[in-house]
Amino acid sequence: MTLVSGWGRFPVVDSDVLRPRSFAAVGDAVVAGSVARGNGRAYGDAAIGAVRTIGMTGFDRIRSFDPATGRIRLEAGVQLADLIDTFGPRGFLPFVVPGTRFVSVGGAIAADVHGKNHHCEGGFGRYVDSILLRTGQGQTIEVSREQNSDAFFATIGGMGLTGIILEATMRLRPVETGWIRERVISASDLDAAMRALDAGDAATYSVAWIDCAARGRDLGRSLIYLGEHASRDELAEGAAAFPVGKNPNLAVPVDLPSMTLNRFSIRAFNELYYRMGARRAGGSHVVSLYPYFFPLDAIADWNRIYGKRGFLQHQCVIPERNARAVLGEILDRVARRGDASFLAVLKKLGQGDGILSFPLPGYTLALDFPVKGDILNFLDEIDRLVVAAGGRLYLAKDARQSRATFEAGYPALPRFNAIRKSLDLNGAIRSKLSQRLFDEV
Amino acid sequence: MTSRKTALVLGGSSDIGRAAARAFAKAGYDVGLAGRDVAALEPDAADLRARYNVEANLHKFDVLDTASFDGFVAALPALPDVVISIVGLLGVQQNAESDLAHATTIMRSNYEGPSLILGLFAEKFLARGAGTIVGVSSVAGDRGRASNYVYGSAKAGFSAFLSGLRARASRGGVHVVTVKPGFVRTKMTEGMKLIGPLTVEAPVVGDAILQAVEKKTEVVYVSGKWRLVMLIIKTLPEAVFKKLKF
Ligand SMILES: Cc1cc2nc3c(=O)[nH]c(=O)nc-3n(C[C@H](O)[C@H](O)[C@H](O)COP(=O)(O)OP(=O)(O)OC[C@H]3O[C@@H](n4cnc5c(N)ncnc54)[C@H](O)[C@@H]3O)c2cc1C
Repeated sequence: MTLVSGWGRFPVVDSDVLRPRSFAAVGDAVVAGSVARGNGRAYGDAAIGAVRTIGMTGFDRIRSFDPATGRIRLEAGVQLADLIDTFGPRGFLPFVVPGTRFVSVGGAIAADVHGKNHHCEGGFGRYVDSILLRTGQGQTIEVSREQNSDAFFATIGGMGLTGIILEATMRLRPVETGWIRERVISASDLDAAMRALDAGDAATYSVAWIDCAARGRDLGRSLIYLGEHASRDELAEGAAAFPVGKNPNLAVPVDLPSMTLNRFSIRAFNELYYRMGARRAGGSHVVSLYPYFFPLDAIADWNRIYGKRGFLQHQCVIPERNARAVLGEILDRVARRGDASFLAVLKKLGQGDGILSFPLPGYTLALDFPVKGDILNFLDEIDRLVVAAGGRLYLAKDARQSRATFEAGYPALPRFNAIRKSLDLNGAIRSKLSQRLFDEV
Repeated sequence: MTSRKTALVLGGSSDIGRAAARAFAKAGYDVGLAGRDVAALEPDAADLRARYNVEANLHKFDVLDTASFDGFVAALPALPDVVISIVGLLGVQQNAESDLAHATTIMRSNYEGPSLILGLFAEKFLARGAGTIVGVSSVAGDRGRASNYVYGSAKAGFSAFLSGLRARASRGGVHVVTVKPGFVRTKMTEGMKLIGPLTVEAPVVGDAILQAVEKKTEVVYVSGKWRLVMLIIKTLPEAVFKKLKF
């Protein structure tokens, strides 16, 4: 047994960890209570098997690529970072990328990850045509919109619970360059932020960074980042069509004492960040895709900033009609508490594609909290607001929501479980997350 | 149109072999992958073609079957520009202490086979007047240690072979590179306790091999820290060294 945790380093639990080297060995590795793990960027307990965790990052081969159409067949352990570095210079990028490029294709499918373009282009699963799935019954089946479509839509966003994704066929986006034309808008409060996001609906990429230390009249003050793929003629003379992606050269070497993050340092950081951003607001400029999409990737192991006990991300989505009031209430409570993250992100989502996919039309807010004090109770209170507003929490970030919160947020759960059951045998596929939230006890 | 350069990787199915093949293919080389199980290598060849739009072909090669070496080289469609031997077997020291067959396999896999095949390529390269030979040896060959001297001694022999070959071949326009990777996170070292700051990922080794070939480096410690560590270990007096547990 090994101690395993997700990116938030909470909870830390025991699981047997195996890294098979062939698809046959993947099959042999499955025992009752197994789940696949990609690159471990889910924050909580989604990628930890109830009994056994099956590491998939060794499966990193591209099977085939058609430069005429951008269709690619690959193994589930290929990381988006690798795809971008390899196919970017050839004029192709993934259609959807999350806030870190160090995620595997299997993990991106299983969480149906959303990027800054979800409001207009949907999630990762929308660009997946078919999946080779090793089910809990021991069969290896191809699932797609046409073939085994129930299993396909349960696998997109299904958090690894339909089986182990071995390979996938998906489409890449043709691009002229690896640069983004970015426009920054500053918003003085939540209303202005939401208006700016609404106005940004036509932009391919949009996201707001909120100063969650700001209170009162400043509550919800934000910087909104809009982006479009830059064409070749928008680049400076002599600029390379594709920027170089550096590996993180800064790393957090040790767990920082949790003192480092306190209401004063967070306030100061937020103030500085807002002012610097506001100064750039208005104009538009061209930036490399790397800092645009993956600002945190520049610092390796940044999760250690939150100290040994780890941290929690709380990411909810609130349906459009209730969003303004509820988001205001959440932000106000967070600001009053004072120890909220320096990372608060607000963005609009559209309809999700998978049965258990997180996105629904509305606004999603993501906040980080160090694990300490009464944080669990505090988040339970926030959850009550989310549930009352018809919202839900993102499973890829979750480590602590209650069954009741989960069930209220995901009404399609019975349908998901019926499909899951038809693919499974004797509880072969179970994660700590599914045990915590919805497996029969 | 000038044809592309070619690199042949012996031991293509290892993690370092895959990484080296990717590094060379990315740099525009056509790549040959050689290994015992050709069918198992096919997905790796497909990976290289899909990623880098290069030619990738497969060759059956067993490092213990030295009798086949002449035929193996003769059957290659063309003599490669670069040949890289990644073949090796860590084995289990404790077993090797009493099981002669196991000890023999470790010695032959790390010294006899790699030396003979690279020696053969050296002859062909010298006849042509050009070529690069890369042998992946190990820091374990810098000094025999209680915990793995069977493996280490075979690597020491291989390192000595490479340095002698380099001295001779350089006069004939042939370059020889010795690579000493140190700790690499691969299936070979899975489950072992590796010292974090001294450990690298396989792609780092792949890139280091490519660099060494292009810059004509002679001996490469993949992580620079290893050069220092091994310098210290090599210079410890025997009386002190034998008391150390590692
Ligand atoms: C800095 C940061 C920023 C992020 N930003 C975003 C964002 O903007 N949008 C967003 O949607 N998410 C975001 N995430 C979350 C991340 O995209 C998801 O958690 C993603 O699933 C992680 O992929 P992974 O390969 O690390 O998978 P893991 O964390 O290892 O696993 C995640 C889930 O996928 C399943 N899984 C993994 N591989 C397989 C497989 N081969 N077969 C079946 N199931 C599998 C696991 O069982 C688990 O349920 C962010 C995470 C971080 C750390």
